Amino acid sequence: METVWFVIVAVMIAAYVVLDGFDLGAGIIYLVVARTTEERRKILRSIGPVWDGNEVWLLAAGGTLYFAYPLLYASAFSGFYLPLMIVLWLLMLRGIGIELRAHMDNPVWQGFFDVIFSVSSALLAIFFGAALGNVIRGVPLGSDGYFFEPLWTNFQIGPHPGILDWYTIMTGVVALVTLTAHGALYVSLKTDGELGQRARRAAAAAWPVQLLLTLVSLVATWFVRPSIKENYLSHPVGFLIPVIVVGSLVVMRLATRDGKELRAFLASCVYITGMLVGAVYALYPVVLPASTNPAYSLTIYSTAAGHHGLVVGLVWWTIGMVLTLGYFVYIYRMFRGKVQLDGGGY
Amino acid sequence: MDSALLIHRLHFAFTVTFHYLFPQLTMGLAPLIVVLKTMALRRNDEVYNQAARFWARIFGINFVLGVVTGIPMEFQFGTNWSLFSRFAGGIIGQTLAMEGMFAFFLESAFLGLFLYGEKRLGPKGHWWSAVAVCLGSWLSGFFIIATDAWMQHPVGYTKAADGSLHLTSFWALMLNPWAWWQYAHNMSGAGITGAFAMASVGAFYLLWGKYQEHGKLFVRVGVVAGLIFSILQLFPTGDGQGRMVAQNQPATLAAMEALFKSEPGAPLIILGQPNVAEQRIDNPLVVPKMLSFLTYKVWQAEVRGLNAFPPDTWPDNIALLYYSYHIMVGLGTLFIAIMVVAAFLLWRGKLYGARWMQWILLLSLPFPYIANTAGWMTAEIGRQPWLVYGLMRTADGYSKLVSASNGLFTLLGFMGMYTVLSIFFLFLIRREIENGPIAQPAAH
Ligand code: HDD
Ligand code: HEM
Ligand code: HEM
Repeated sequence: METVWFVIVAVMIAAYVVLDGFDLGAGIIYLVVARTTEERRKILRSIGPVWDGNEVWLLAAGGTLYFAYPLLYASAFSGFYLPLMIVLWLLMLRGIGIELRAHMDNPVWQGFFDVIFSVSSALLAIFFGAALGNVIRGVPLGSDGYFFEPLWTNFQIGPHPGILDWYTIMTGVVALVTLTAHGALYVSLKTDGELGQRARRAAAAAWPVQLLLTLVSLVATWFVRPSIKENYLSHPVGFLIPVIVVGSLVVMRLATRDGKELRAFLASCVYITGMLVGAVYALYPVVLPASTNPAYSLTIYSTAAGHHGLVVGLVWWTIGMVLTLGYFVYIYRMFRGKVQLDGGGY
Repeated sequence: MDSALLIHRLHFAFTVTFHYLFPQLTMGLAPLIVVLKTMALRRNDEVYNQAARFWARIFGINFVLGVVTGIPMEFQFGTNWSLFSRFAGGIIGQTLAMEGMFAFFLESAFLGLFLYGEKRLGPKGHWWSAVAVCLGSWLSGFFIIATDAWMQHPVGYTKAADGSLHLTSFWALMLNPWAWWQYAHNMSGAGITGAFAMASVGAFYLLWGKYQEHGKLFVRVGVVAGLIFSILQLFPTGDGQGRMVAQNQPATLAAMEALFKSEPGAPLIILGQPNVAEQRIDNPLVVPKMLSFLTYKVWQAEVRGLNAFPPDTWPDNIALLYYSYHIMVGLGTLFIAIMVVAAFLLWRGKLYGARWMQWILLLSLPFPYIANTAGWMTAEIGRQPWLVYGLMRTADGYSKLVSASNGLFTLLGFMGMYTVLSIFFLFLIRREIENGPIAQPAAH
């Protein structure tokens, strides 16, 4: 049962990153690729009807984590107190950046929200990447399962790291580049003309950086947490994951070159999922490694909720998931195709 | 009080109180928008469609604020109340996760369709999207209330070996009687906010002399809905909530009424100042025996006062609790009075000419917000000193490793952020109202 919920939470987080990832990516490239008001409106329109639904994956994943692993939720959220609060503020800014801009036809007003939207999207990508880096690197857990991490200490990896050190900054940059490419591919899929071209060029430009950083981060992770190889060595099917990651990168490149927008975007989805699954595969059954004493690491067994709760949860979760997939398929079909600006809505 | 404890309490209280300013309008307006859409569909009159679109624009702005202020709430259980989360997360996490799965997905998915998709969907489809949004917001109300109700009146749990609580009965959690009374009362309170908002904007247009047709429609719908919800608020829902408190939290009831000593035939104090130091009420205006009757339906019944309970289980801010409760009930009485008179005028066909009544409707807009906030303060302060009633004290629930200064820093951050949000909100809403119901929507 613990493992089932581990997989469920991981899938929900991956869904969040893939879906809201393109909203964030669209925000990152927004100021660069969209030059006219028309083009900016097109980008906003391409994510407008879906971004809130995408963001709910974060809430639903958080809620699911909360009830399935209460101790993990309690420990991680209070330990990452400061960066989490910053993330919350950034999420707020991103939300109002998207939604309030259109309410007034004034260049100063719109310019203000353009910058808010783009900057908060970029910072969110970096923070999410750094969060993942922290989880892989480990946090200074005490014997009671709690910790509190300052924003930074000496930028080194040791028993008392900060949120930011060279490794987590690197994972933050990886996330920034990955989501830039992801968002650019989404925009090129959803828009045409000059804007679509520029988005595609942005994705192509991001690609070599993404490839390089993928390799560097793999090596660095090996160095930071040598134990990651254990699960791979004991269950070598796991080696398929890096193969898929690299394969999807290649497909991304080829499809972008040939103008196959949908295929390139889907390859980026596979790439992101692969990176996350690879990390999770290495960690299992640990969910939050301790940098202090490995015995203090939190695992799915030490943090799980009671058995009855987990069993009934599976029933309603399945029902809820079927409904949710239904809405999402419906919504994305409803808003399929390239965005057209015709004044009064779709 | 420990300063970290105080900061964490203020942190939560401030952010949740601010958050709740928005969902109450969302949940209150959603059914009214469905009503307008239904009338539009049945009568095929463009005025109703314009009215529905106008309120959808207000709804949209309000919804954004609800969303961005709601996200921090979901995370604060972990950030600020981590010991509580570890203790009770296996249970209240259920309802919170269900809220995400069943309510937020539904609401956010269909709001996108409702706001952006009128052309693609056609009139019928658009009507359905309005219904789905309404259903989503009311479901989200239910799950969050079920969460709070479990903290007020825990059911269906057992204590595990590690000291945390485990769920033993899912249905007990869902069918918690406290949750259903609280839900009914709270949703009706949201309905009051929605109805007063609609009537108030309508009255504004009538007084202004512009958009008369829309103004009349808004006043009509607002007054009828307002009358229904105001009455439901008192009976049966307020009464039912009160009985829940009397049965399950007797010390809270005593503190709400500032009844320091147990009494048979206890009086109802309409106005007065609780004097906690002297344990009496100063300058009271009383209705003899009324409290006993309201609580137990027996004039001579004994109501237990605070002296029947150990002082360390008394709510820790009796004066604030007393005032919050009395403000809520006082305003509730006033709402019934306003709506009865307005509905009478409407029925006699005099409301559209009665400027004095239009002024009253216009100016009453803030009061449902005050009543709802006061009601929540009653519930939450009344639960003190418990975080989970009878099981965990508030002082044992907060995040011990998050220091008071970090908490203060983020509390100030939220205050700054919310000030900015409030300014944008008021500015945009004012603009929508001034642009009027016929204006074209802003181009997204
Ligand atoms: C428009 C808002 C509004 C109005 C006019 C009233 N209430 Fe209320 N009341 C609420 C809005 C509210 C609320 C915000 O919805 C509360 C807070 C928690 C909850 O679930 O509902 C609440 C809670 C609440 C409680 C529970 C307190 C606790 O849990 O400790 C009681 C006993 C009442 N109400 C009783 C009444 C009575 C007798 C009213 C007479 C008319 C009344 N309320 C009017
Ligand atoms: C329905 C979901 C809610 C839950 C689960 C909840 C839970 C909590 C928690 C954990 C605290 C902190 C502990 C404490 O000081 O009591 C708290 C305090 C508080 N909450 Fe709620 N709350 C909810 C809704 C609300 C709403 C909607 C409001 C107001 C509009 C509100 C008003 C307050 C206030 C004023 C306090 C501070 C009480 C005090 O410091 O004495 N709550 N609540
Ligand atoms: C601690 C308590 C609370 C938490 C954790 C919480 C959480 C949230 C979250 C995360 C959202 C955003 C959803 C989205 O992105 O679509 C939200 C919005 C909403 N919440 Fe809350 N909330 C709390 C209190 C309440 C209460 C007491 C109510 C009503 C009874 C309520 C009703 C709603 C509704 C209807 C929405 C939809 C958005 C809106 O109406 O503006 N919430 N809430």
